[in-house]
Amino acid sequence: MPWTYRPRRCPVLGDGSLERLKREGRIVVVGASLAGLRAAETLRAEGFAGSLTMIGDEPHEPYDRPPLSKQVLLGRAGADRTALPRLRSVDATWRLGVPATGLEMAARLVRLADGDEVPYDRLLIATGVRARPWPRAAEAELDGVLVLRGRDDGAALARRLAAGPKRVLVIGAGFTGSEIASACRERGLPVTVAERGAAPLVGALGGVVGAVAARMQREHGVDLRCGVMVTALEGDASGRVRAAHLSDGSTVETDVVIVSLGATRNTEWLAGSGLGAGPRGIACDAGCRAFDIRGIVTDDIYAAGDVARCPHPLFGYQFLSLEHWGNAVSQARIAAHNMISESTERIPHMEVPAFWSSQFGVNIKSVGVPSLGTEITISQGALDSHRFIGVYGYQGRVIGAVAFDHARWLPFYQELIETTAPFPPAFPTVDRRSDGQRPVDADFPDPSVPTHGPTVTVGGYAPADRRMTFTPAH
Amino acid sequence: MRIAVDLNRCQGYAQCAFLAPEIFAMHGEEALLYDPDADEAQRAKLAQAVAACPVQAILVDAVDVPAEAVSGAR
Ligand SMILES: Cc1cc2nc3c(=O)[nH]c(=O)nc-3n(C[C@H](O)[C@H](O)[C@H](O)COP(=O)(O)OP(=O)(O)OC[C@H]3O[C@@H](n4cnc5c(N)ncnc54)[C@H](O)[C@@H]3O)c2cc1C
Ligand code: SF4
Repeated sequence: MPWTYRPRRCPVLGDGSLERLKREGRIVVVGASLAGLRAAETLRAEGFAGSLTMIGDEPHEPYDRPPLSKQVLLGRAGADRTALPRLRSVDATWRLGVPATGLEMAARLVRLADGDEVPYDRLLIATGVRARPWPRAAEAELDGVLVLRGRDDGAALARRLAAGPKRVLVIGAGFTGSEIASACRERGLPVTVAERGAAPLVGALGGVVGAVAARMQREHGVDLRCGVMVTALEGDASGRVRAAHLSDGSTVETDVVIVSLGATRNTEWLAGSGLGAGPRGIACDAGCRAFDIRGIVTDDIYAAGDVARCPHPLFGYQFLSLEHWGNAVSQARIAAHNMISESTERIPHMEVPAFWSSQFGVNIKSVGVPSLGTEITISQGALDSHRFIGVYGYQGRVIGAVAFDHARWLPFYQELIETTAPFPPAFPTVDRRSDGQRPVDADFPDPSVPTHGPTVTVGGYAPADRRMTFTPAH
Repeated sequence: MRIAVDLNRCQGYAQCAFLAPEIFAMHGEEALLYDPDADEAQRAKLAQAVAACPVQAILVDAVDVPAEAVSGAR
């Protein structure tokens, strides 16, 4: 494992309860995917010898999702062959194919859909997110209307693409939607992309970079329609999708529709439990300990991955939920470490967010939180060439950076973010072309206008936010 | 053999693609594509690629997968 903790021997063991927990305690992980698996590995690596139960609603063992919208759609790998490597043995009881349906915090037990109750001493919640479905249920059920989040979705979509559809319609041009469109073009399939915002990727990267993404799509033959909404999907007599109607009055004839409208956090099963969980995720402290609804931190319930929402010191301690692979891995390890550590030995999650995507043969990577930025400057390369670095500024400091085929430079920008370097950055050593000198408005859409949804959600109280009123109950 | 590449770490040096072209391939200038479940016959080459990656971005199985993990049994 390239990244391990070396736990120090703890001089004070208090009442010995921690040693007992590590020897014979019960740890339950709900959500048996990337974060769940990496947490389990860390628990065993750090000497947890008690019982470990992994609960997952999918029937599959943990698998990797990023290849689903890349290798799998290109036909280079089967969707059933992306199981995650085991970095060490975990010796756990796996309860796969059965969702957790409830949490009893006082009794410390998790309820399962099959009626079982699983008691815990420490609980890790890593239930992630799911794809937002097409909102009109009858239309969502038409044959040929799909989403892409899980392995089964990936297999179904790969099958449809292999069958050679007449035209594919992708609704929503976020990262997943854009990667799907890219794969379709590479396979020579006609594809239309309908995006409510002004350009692809605008929610995550803003309009300046979004314009580059739009050009890339069009140059590769995508029929990209921006600023439009799909208003209805229409089926034929046998219930197969045949057309989509758009808000500009046009119609797209299509036999495969992929709904890529962002994600919903899997927290419904926690309703009524008293845990601070809602549509924005599970609120937790920097050490991944979950809050209850009274704002009091629990000491036995942790959250990690896409479902977690943590304050980040580099971003004004605002609560961030990140739908990023690297974030799931690092939070999982931190949560696992902290749940079996003395309070003085716990570590905070402070990693700079990072994300990658590849589409139309271009490697897109970002660090920091571009979507918090208000201004952008192109510090290297040029927008026209699809090879550049965009640096995002917020209140006079560097807050994020995105690289199009310029990934090797990103560690440099990551350091600027970590050291809260001033924006616009002043460095004489890297190439600076004329179109990059002056910062311009990064052109993010009004957050109240929904798009496909960014992969970073900023939620929770910001010190500069004056819209809140405090209404005590009594 | 299961493979996952931490593409946040990957710097696109393409070392892996030279050493194990059956598993790793560059896609465009610097994006990396890989076979997440490589053939057993590639084991030696994969090990070379893992060792050669300058940023240790390639993650592979360290253990044989325990039976209960795939069975879904209690
Ligand atoms: C198609 C696709 C492409 C992606 N590409 C990239 C990329 O290029 N770069 C990047 O950084 N990130 C990418 N991501 C995001 C990345 O995969 C996620 O950030 C990561 O999977 C998060 O891991 P997780 O374990 O937190 O959540 P998940 O992987 O969502 O796992 C949560 C698990 O919990 C299960 N679950 C939910 N509710 C319950 C319940 N009540 N009981 C039991 N189990 C439950 C779910 O079914 C799921 O198996 C991509 C995601 C997708 C879908
Ligand atoms: S050798 Fe490592 S850094 Fe280079 S392309 Fe392969 S995975 Fe990426």
